[in-house]
Amino acid sequence: MNEIKTVDARGLSCPQPAMLTRQAIQKLDNGTLEVLVDSGTARENVSRLAKNAGWAVTMEEQPEGSCRIVLKK
Amino acid sequence: MSSISRFLTSRWGPIITGIVVGVLAPVLVKLGNPGNMGVCVVCFNRDIAGALGLHRAGVVQYIRPEIIGFVLGALIAALLFREFKPRTGSAPLVRFLLGMFATFGALVFLGCPWRAYLRLAGGDWNAIFGILGLIAGIGLGIAFLRSGYSLGRSRPAPKAVGWVMPAIMVMLLVLLIVAPQFGRDAGGNPIGPIFFSTTGPGSQHAPLLIALVVGVFIGFLAQRSRFCTVGAVRDAILLRDSRLLYGVLALLVAAFVTNVILGQFHPGFEKQPIAHTDGWWNFGGMVLAGLAFTLAGGCPGRQLFLAGEGDADSGLFVIGMIVGAGFAHSYSTASSAAGPGVFGPFAVIVGMIVCVVLGFTMRESKG
Repeated sequence: MNEIKTVDARGLSCPQPAMLTRQAIQKLDNGTLEVLVDSGTARENVSRLAKNAGWAVTMEEQPEGSCRIVLKK
Repeated sequence: MSSISRFLTSRWGPIITGIVVGVLAPVLVKLGNPGNMGVCVVCFNRDIAGALGLHRAGVVQYIRPEIIGFVLGALIAALLFREFKPRTGSAPLVRFLLGMFATFGALVFLGCPWRAYLRLAGGDWNAIFGILGLIAGIGLGIAFLRSGYSLGRSRPAPKAVGWVMPAIMVMLLVLLIVAPQFGRDAGGNPIGPIFFSTTGPGSQHAPLLIALVVGVFIGFLAQRSRFCTVGAVRDAILLRDSRLLYGVLALLVAAFVTNVILGQFHPGFEKQPIAHTDGWWNFGGMVLAGLAFTLAGGCPGRQLFLAGEGDADSGLFVIGMIVGAGFAHSYSTASSAAGPGVFGPFAVIVGMIVCVVLGFTMRESKG
């Protein structure tokens, strides 16, 4: 089983969370990608970008206040 | 309440925010703010710097309630929607410098990106050079971002850290209302420590309470919608995402229509309020500002809204802007209606060198 690729964008300023996600999904083409963010802005930007690129988006709030976004295609 | 929040975080959020700013900024001008300066984050921070005595340019000294409102409005929204997250540690000193140099650049043009759009919507064609410079500066910032530029990560911080900027804003509001005059000059006349202009742009302001309420309202909306006048251009180019760009376009259209209705649309290059006609330095100043804002992650308004959310790094950027404005007027780098200041071009060149060096060297440290 392939290891799930993770983009850890916690604590990064705009536009880096969305930019790193964009680079990752362009490289991955399909499969599963996990993105960690810790601000509402990053959460919205990453999920909007992924949805527009045709990826399915699910979000899980993490106990320490961050958010795990799972992208599938 | 949550349906309002959902609406503001949707693609309509920036458009609604842009319309509100576009309508209310010219109304603030009608109510007393300087021409085409209903809201200008850099100019208003410059006025605050003057009011605090950080520079002695007597015509630009006033504690602008709009700035206070922006931070407190964003704070209210962040608390209501559980987004108040105190954080710091993402190259704070570099952000302070970026705030200073962004302000140097913007004060050569005479306006931040917000005012650049508002000047254009008032018919000041000099703003075209400023906006072209802004886009060029953002483009340069994008090139650095693509090559791996990063100020590194912020980390969660104690609650008190997040309350520092809101507390400073409350303190500014107290100083605005009380306006203490316990200093004495050589002749024994009251002077400072708070200075308010009696002539010039600093003396022109809408009634305090109205300006404060408008600021709080815009701060609230912008915190939810993530409105950003630099992110608008940046995201459209870098991410092919035009959500924020529609917000700026809405601002432009709404401000244009409101200016026409209020009789404040005066097209031309000459005799525009608080503006000069040196196209080259209108462009050059905003290249520096656009680059510095992009390297710092957002426009000056966005930095205020983030400061309201508890982002102490953005708070330090704002302090850098206020200190930078103090230097800009003390060292004659800021422009006036007559043209660029004596050392304005020098400040832009130094600022560009510093920002380019930062662009090449700031990378996230590993491990």
